[in-house]
Amino acid sequence: MVEINLNRRQFLKLSGATAATLAVVELGFNEKEAYAKSKELKIARATVTPTICCFCGVGCGILVHTKDNTVVYTEGDPDSPVNEGTLCSKGTTIRQVYTSEKRLTKPLYRAPGSDKWEEKDWEWMYKTIAQRTKETRDKTFVEKENGFTVNKTEAIASLGGAALDNEETYLLAKMMRGLGVVYLEHQARI
Amino acid sequence: MTNHWSDLQNTDCALIMGGNPAENHPISFRWLTKAQEKGGKIVSVDPRFTRTSSKADVYAQLRSGTDIAFMGGMIKYAIDNELYHKDYVVNYTNAPFILKEDYKFNDGLFSGYDEATRKYDRTTWAFETNEDGTPKQDKTLKHPRSVFQLMKQHYNRYDVDTVISVTGTPKNDYLKVCETFCATGQVGKSGTIMYAMGTTQHTVGSQNVRAFGMIQLLLGNIGLPGGGINAMRGESNVQGSTDFALLHHLLPGYVGTPTAKPQHATLADYNANETPAAGYWSNKPKFLVSMLKAWYGDNATKANDFAYDYLPKGNKNYSHINLFKAMYEGKIEGTFLFGTNPVVGGPNAGKEKEALSNLKWLVAVDLWETESAAFWQKEAGGNPAEINTEVFLLPAASSYEKDGSVSNSSRWMQYRWKAIEPKGDSLADLEIIHVLVQKLKELYKNENTAAARPFNALSWNFGEGHHPDIDLVCKEINGYDLKTGKLLPTFGALMDDGTTSSGNWIYTGFYPEEGKNRAKNRDNVDTGGGNYLNWAFAWPANRRILYNRASADLNGKPWSKEKAVIWWDAAQAKWVGNDVPDFVPIKAPSDPGGNNPFIMLKDGVGGLFAPLNEGPFPEHYEPFESPASNVFSSQELNPAVEIHEGDFNLKGDASKYPIVATTYRVTEHWQSGSMTRNQEWLSELVGHMFIELSEELAKEKGIKNKDKVIVSTARGEITAYAMVTKRFKPFIIKGEKVHHIGMPWHFGYKGYATGDTANHLTPHIGDANTTIPEYKAFLCNVRRAD
Ligand code: SF4
Repeated sequence: MVEINLNRRQFLKLSGATAATLAVVELGFNEKEAYAKSKELKIARATVTPTICCFCGVGCGILVHTKDNTVVYTEGDPDSPVNEGTLCSKGTTIRQVYTSEKRLTKPLYRAPGSDKWEEKDWEWMYKTIAQRTKETRDKTFVEKENGFTVNKTEAIASLGGAALDNEETYLLAKMMRGLGVVYLEHQARI
Repeated sequence: MTNHWSDLQNTDCALIMGGNPAENHPISFRWLTKAQEKGGKIVSVDPRFTRTSSKADVYAQLRSGTDIAFMGGMIKYAIDNELYHKDYVVNYTNAPFILKEDYKFNDGLFSGYDEATRKYDRTTWAFETNEDGTPKQDKTLKHPRSVFQLMKQHYNRYDVDTVISVTGTPKNDYLKVCETFCATGQVGKSGTIMYAMGTTQHTVGSQNVRAFGMIQLLLGNIGLPGGGINAMRGESNVQGSTDFALLHHLLPGYVGTPTAKPQHATLADYNANETPAAGYWSNKPKFLVSMLKAWYGDNATKANDFAYDYLPKGNKNYSHINLFKAMYEGKIEGTFLFGTNPVVGGPNAGKEKEALSNLKWLVAVDLWETESAAFWQKEAGGNPAEINTEVFLLPAASSYEKDGSVSNSSRWMQYRWKAIEPKGDSLADLEIIHVLVQKLKELYKNENTAAARPFNALSWNFGEGHHPDIDLVCKEINGYDLKTGKLLPTFGALMDDGTTSSGNWIYTGFYPEEGKNRAKNRDNVDTGGGNYLNWAFAWPANRRILYNRASADLNGKPWSKEKAVIWWDAAQAKWVGNDVPDFVPIKAPSDPGGNNPFIMLKDGVGGLFAPLNEGPFPEHYEPFESPASNVFSSQELNPAVEIHEGDFNLKGDASKYPIVATTYRVTEHWQSGSMTRNQEWLSELVGHMFIELSEELAKEKGIKNKDKVIVSTARGEITAYAMVTKRFKPFIIKGEKVHHIGMPWHFGYKGYATGDTANHLTPHIGDANTTIPEYKAFLCNVRRAD
């Protein structure tokens, strides 16, 4: 749900930022023309949702403009006291994280020894992964070792998560520890 | 970061070392530019003249891996020239504490070293104590065994000429850096140190950071606006994911994981051995029990130690390098990758790729088909028919296709609202994790085996459907008063008797009452000092400048009005100011402990002397692979690092690989590149793998700009374009010329922009405390490709 209230001051600031960002990123455009175009064609009647850049740890605010079920435009959030509307080249192109044709859109499976991916549905993937996890876990689970209660498996590892949301990292840590995983690591180590 | 991004505008001098914010944290740099406009200085210390260096007032080059020599010399400079903040050092650090007589340091080794285990027995690194257990002190700092005098003696060996013969820094540049930064020791001035992986990715990474801490304590720069030690985080939520403990040695909120040893056998044992007698960590049992209540719910009872037994207990180092070693040896069957790409980003990446083929199954959750998910393909260099790993690749939603919060470097927890439905059939990781747990719970539901019991006891109440209710997750993190069912307003309310819950105590208070998620706060009025207290939520307790009690003197008055943060208001009998006090708000300076600003530490003061695995003072050792022998002692390598023998970790010698190499990033790409090399514009902006080398080295090797060159190390070879540049200069190390090159590590064979992977070159060796790999200093050779 979008919880942003654009008052008049913010709206004026936004329009200014739009023109500036366009001039930087859409090279070759006439600034005025680009501005007019963006007002009429791109972001008119678009929904604006605030987000935080998904790249570095600065945490710049970004506004995502969506319309007709696609992302039509993104720009620095002028209200953020971190970046005050400015963005670097990565934050500026965040729209392409959505629009890139390289995005995965289907679950893919690779069988042992195979040289290709196969499309599978989510239900099959969930079920099969849960089964593999259980098989490995049941086979390798250690309840007691050298007189200590250890409740662990050293045969399952989990890596990554620095790009996940806090709520996701919380669930991931809870799930993995809950399963007895000790090989739990992510990018802070590397 | 102890401080935060917009606070950088308050600094008189930013020492940037082991980081390149103009390139890698670009928007942070506008706050530094603001500081510069107000007369502040920027000092850049780096092996290469970076984009940050080009904006700096002072630049000095140093050879990769010699930061402790550099900083040790600066500590000596500050002491010899009496530039330190004397009152701060005497009262807010352990400088006056007296060490026991058997503490010794000789030829690179501290007392207590055991060569066979490469470990220290720390018993001799202790203070003499009074009868009540508090350390003996000499506030004149003259006692020969005071921390101050021993520190002075330790760094007396780090004279300027010796230092620069190690670091290769031109003498005038070195002195200019010392003079400029140490000027912040004056009352009324503050200086910040900003660093990133250039500091931590060394076999002495932790001690590099310690050295920063020491100089900041000496100059009285901790707790002040424009001061602090500021680690610049490279990923949008690497702060949060560390807070939430996706690390083998931690539980959420920096509570250490219990391990399989007598000291942790029961909850009572763990509490008795891991809870300090004083300082805020004396509340650790409350944090741990409240977390167990959040994890195991009604199954955590006083009678069963709050399900403490169910927490997995390991018996070794399970960190990244060791994890891949175990995988390489076939000891791991299954692995989950959540948005990570070790085949490009891991050290000695060629070996990490080989390790993946020993898995039975691999689950990769990502936005893209990464090199790691596709490690079995022919393009990766193997034969798919011989690789039996089953791979599940799950498409994940991007950051703005879902709801959730991230914590930036400033510890600001900021909410991101969902702007659009996940692309195609992709799903939020929150949902993927949730459904996997639901499926596993379903499979285990009727079992009562040793494996089933702990998992069945795990509480998982985030709604019935496939998509979990994120509000329930948020509230579980914040925690409840279980007697009333109300959300907790602060971690001060946590109990160790099972009557409170909290998934992560440092975040308690971000959701203090129904409907009030403070990560969603968007009031951007500056509440003073650039602290923006009503924008987002900063852990802990919305404090923006950590240790801010140290910004005021023994009477609770700011050291200077220019650098005021909080002060004691006698009339109101509380601390007031423009930040939330990082202190008991009603504890007067005259109260017991009222002048102990470092509330997390047992003694309440900053640790100039502070034991880590390789010693209580940072000491220079050479990197695993080094072009020169150590001038400070006969110990070449950090004596406490773990060395993996065999083909998992081949070591190169200077006779064959005489050139120092380091790695770094560019603005247009991000980490292993999967997020950026799969985008059109960024791929076009930086489309190829390249190495940077000096004009002098290029001449010696007959290499011209844009030639294809081969870089080789003991681990492997890569091909890249040569970028011949003035940004690298040869170093003079102990009178000899040493060349230094550098390269970005973003590339792999997937995406629009492709190139060889720099990490095929890097070694499998890590820091003695954190096991962070030594990516930043290794030896190589360079030749033309044709
Ligand atoms: S816009 Fe650039 S500086 Fe800002 S958070 Fe994103 S990557 Fe970092």
